[in-house]
Amino acid sequence: MKKQTIDSRPAGPKPWYDPRVRSLFFQVVAIALVFWAGWTLVENTLANMESRGISTGFGFLDETAGFGIIMSLIPYDATMTYGRTFWVGLTNTLLVSAMGIVAATILGFIIGVARLSSNWLVAKVSLVYIEVIRNIPLLLQIFFWYFAVLGALPSPRQSIDVGGTMFLNNRGLYVPEPLTQDGFGLVWWALAIAIAAVVGIRIWAKKRQLATGQIFPTFKVGVALLVLLPAIAYFAAGSPLEWEVPALKGFNFGGGITIIPELAALWVALSLYTGSFIAEIVRSGILSVSKGQTEAAKALGLPNGLTLRLVVIPQAMRVIIPPLTSQYLNLAKNSSLATAIGYPDLVAVFMGTTLNQTGQAVEVVAITMAVYLTISLSISLFMNIYNRAVAIKER
Amino acid sequence: MAESTMKPPKKALSPVKWMREHLFSTWYNALLTLAVGYLLVTSVGPLLNWLLFEANFQGQDASDCTGAGACWLFISQRLNFFIYGFYPDELQWRVDAMFLLLAIAFVPQFIERFPGRKWLGIFGMTGLPIIGYFLIPGGTFGLEVVESTKWGGLMLTLILAYIGILASLPIGILLALGRRSEMPIIRGLSVVFIEVWRAVPLITVLFMASVMLPLFLPEGVNFEKLARALIGITLWQSAYMAEVIRGGLQAIPRGQYEAADALGLGYWRKMGLVILPQALKMVIPGIVNTFISLFKDTTLVLIIGLFDVLGTVQSTVTDPAWQNVAIEGYVFVAFCFWVFCFGISRYSQNLERKLDTGHKT
Repeated sequence: MKKQTIDSRPAGPKPWYDPRVRSLFFQVVAIALVFWAGWTLVENTLANMESRGISTGFGFLDETAGFGIIMSLIPYDATMTYGRTFWVGLTNTLLVSAMGIVAATILGFIIGVARLSSNWLVAKVSLVYIEVIRNIPLLLQIFFWYFAVLGALPSPRQSIDVGGTMFLNNRGLYVPEPLTQDGFGLVWWALAIAIAAVVGIRIWAKKRQLATGQIFPTFKVGVALLVLLPAIAYFAAGSPLEWEVPALKGFNFGGGITIIPELAALWVALSLYTGSFIAEIVRSGILSVSKGQTEAAKALGLPNGLTLRLVVIPQAMRVIIPPLTSQYLNLAKNSSLATAIGYPDLVAVFMGTTLNQTGQAVEVVAITMAVYLTISLSISLFMNIYNRAVAIKER
Repeated sequence: MAESTMKPPKKALSPVKWMREHLFSTWYNALLTLAVGYLLVTSVGPLLNWLLFEANFQGQDASDCTGAGACWLFISQRLNFFIYGFYPDELQWRVDAMFLLLAIAFVPQFIERFPGRKWLGIFGMTGLPIIGYFLIPGGTFGLEVVESTKWGGLMLTLILAYIGILASLPIGILLALGRRSEMPIIRGLSVVFIEVWRAVPLITVLFMASVMLPLFLPEGVNFEKLARALIGITLWQSAYMAEVIRGGLQAIPRGQYEAADALGLGYWRKMGLVILPQALKMVIPGIVNTFISLFKDTTLVLIIGLFDVLGTVQSTVTDPAWQNVAIEGYVFVAFCFWVFCFGISRYSQNLERKLDTGHKT
């Protein structure tokens, strides 16, 4: 092919003054530097690992772990593989993160609203709570709950008895475990039907309201359906549920569900700490809704509850969501402090014990970081979708 | 200020009226007031008793803690360890000197119209770290060497936070500029670097620094544990710093960039003389806030075996000579952190109010 480009521009600057040439040059240099750095790292690491006799690869995941874990949501014992320890740690991390997010959100919204209360005492108490909690390191708070509060509980033989069914001692909180019997499936079905009915009623009520202006009490009817239908099914099936009450056997309790103190301490500390940040976010979100909006709603004759639900909260949520997302991310990352008190989360089990036993530092660290990257990215993706749903629709 | 925005004069209320309006306006407010008031009365009294009135301040060791309250003797007896770690007694003047210089450089920043406070601040960011580099470890100018394994306590906490923030500032600026760059590859590299570090918890970073860094380096090269932790903290913190600074860069109006271009300034002079001075001034509150969170996060180094102030307390509360002093120890550490963080956050809020010239919203 014949070259036929005609440069219509006047003779350009010298090549080393041309911004395009410069930017190309700098980018090539940057890539070269990154590759060189990466290459050196890999080479050093391989040489170091060889001299220390560490093999590479992910084969260790299939080897037998040989250590026990105090708490596991999935079946696990010491004869299982290192790969299994990864899943145990991951589920434990997800459990405490999810519990923390729920509790911190509820607490944060309550405290944030209380901070704006017209009641002077309530507002000041919330202020003190926020300012004290968020200026103290989280790790210290975890230590406080674990060593100072839960560590001071009595031993199993002297455990605190709550109504003969729940027991609290320094090994954890023991609650009865519900055991479903034959016929419990009926209750699940009833619940599914109730949910479907509520969704249907909601759609119908909205349509009717748009057409006629009549308001149907969807919320009350919905709650009634959700409670009554499963309850009827439960008794119709002959109460197919038994409670396994924990009982003292030897030196410790057996049966029932155990909430280990590590989990409790971590959960309480994470929720209180993140809750104080969420409270401030909620407060600033509510304050960001201008007074004219509430006044306009009042002028339209909306009652207080509806003003809050239809006017204030939707607008406040737009301000609240983005910083709330980063608080959720922080909570998920902070759950890794579990390793300091021995709650078997991903970092403690996998990056701690598994890494120490196998010595596969590179692989284990890479997997762990990839997991946190995935958790972070998925929380922010989910919250971005939600944010787009509540954001201002500009037309 | 325009006259129309002046606030109405304050209503003077009698105490009874004030209480009716603020505490008992409706029946549920009254109930709430009574419930919260009852909780406060029943909890604050015993708490104050434990903290102060029945606490033990005088004496030598655990046997002198006879009162029902807190045993503050534990703190006063171990204070030296909590502040200096294992730093030799006779050399502690070097740490004291650094504390004093830090205070001279940074306390005036809280006082408006303090003569030359700008120069003191610049000294605190440039000259002071150099002095500290020679003074704390020793080894030059005839100063006795103190190994970094002997550093600990509050001193180590301050070193970690101070160096972490100082070192992450320039890296953060470069990353923020890279993320706003027009070169796609530079931008991509910066985005990946920033997002990866921000997505992982500090603990994994510290683990990585203490376990993997030795693997990455060529044989024979090795750092002390403290230096490894500092490298990890700095890299992690610089990602957060970059995002704060990027916020400032984005807030600078386009006209400023164009004006600098029109003057014929090159990239670095445009950024250094026009954009960054404005952007950095704008994000000072944000930088202060990241400093607060870094300051709290330095406690995590105890997990990789460094003795910061929480680490020193945690290692002594199990001392059999003192019994059940965990709460006293934690309250002491909490108080140290709270005073620092609350003071600095108040300062940053003030600054925000002062820098807010009303252009936003």
